[in-house]
Amino acid sequence: MLHLVLFSVFGLICVAGAVNLLVQKHPINSALSLVVVMASLAVEYLLLGAEFVAAVQVIVYAGAIMVLFVFVIMLLNAGEEEHTSGSTVAWLLGIPGLLTGAVLICWAVLRYSGGGGVTIGALPGHPKDIAQLLFHEFLLPFEVTSILVLIAIMGAVVLAARPEAVQESKRES
Amino acid sequence: MEEIPVSYYLVLSAILFACGVTGFLIKRNIITIFMSIELMLNGVNLSFVAFAARWHNLSGQVFVFFVMVVAAAEAAVGLAIIIAVFRTRETLNIDQVNLLKL
Repeated sequence: MLHLVLFSVFGLICVAGAVNLLVQKHPINSALSLVVVMASLAVEYLLLGAEFVAAVQVIVYAGAIMVLFVFVIMLLNAGEEEHTSGSTVAWLLGIPGLLTGAVLICWAVLRYSGGGGVTIGALPGHPKDIAQLLFHEFLLPFEVTSILVLIAIMGAVVLAARPEAVQESKRES
Repeated sequence: MEEIPVSYYLVLSAILFACGVTGFLIKRNIITIFMSIELMLNGVNLSFVAFAARWHNLSGQVFVFFVMVVAAAEAAVGLAIIIAVFRTRETLNIDQVNLLKL
């Protein structure tokens, strides 16, 4: 009972945050509701026993990435979104199509996923076990991601630098 | 210990993913579109963790770790691109960003 109640409460918070992200006009409100979604997702991870993933979710997603988003929104002084009215056909076909698709997917998942339940903390993902996997079985992908992050850092610096600054540094060297 | 079906978690992750797709399609602000992509990644992460718990295999949680690394790199590069776009066009409206070259 406890599991179901906790799952439902935080699942509802999660869905409410996601819908609020769509409804809000100002990007900063959308960013804050995305933080709510990520925090409640971290609780869902904890319910499944994934402690390490929950901690990383809060630190990396709700912390680092969202700070980056809020920083850019404030840097660019993003205002309210200008709304363009969609075509009538899109409204008439889109909303029923979306609802039908959602109901079909939910029905298929509930009907054919083969049952199988999970208890609270079904698979404890202790940092020690995760590290064991990460540094033995998945060592190569792990090292490749370090190169990916390095390239991303350089790309971000090059893209975000002012063009004049890049030219000046070229002239100096 | 009572169990709840793993499909509940899958339905939640499908709803989150669908919200992300909808936001990606209907939003007109580049930053909000980018946040919808993050929402989709989160939805997929939840199904990874749910399946890991269902089949008692920790690899699912390691994959979530990799998805987070890629998402962080993507956020850094994407936001740098948004800053560059804003610098040249002075707008964040996706409807006005319709040319590859100015």
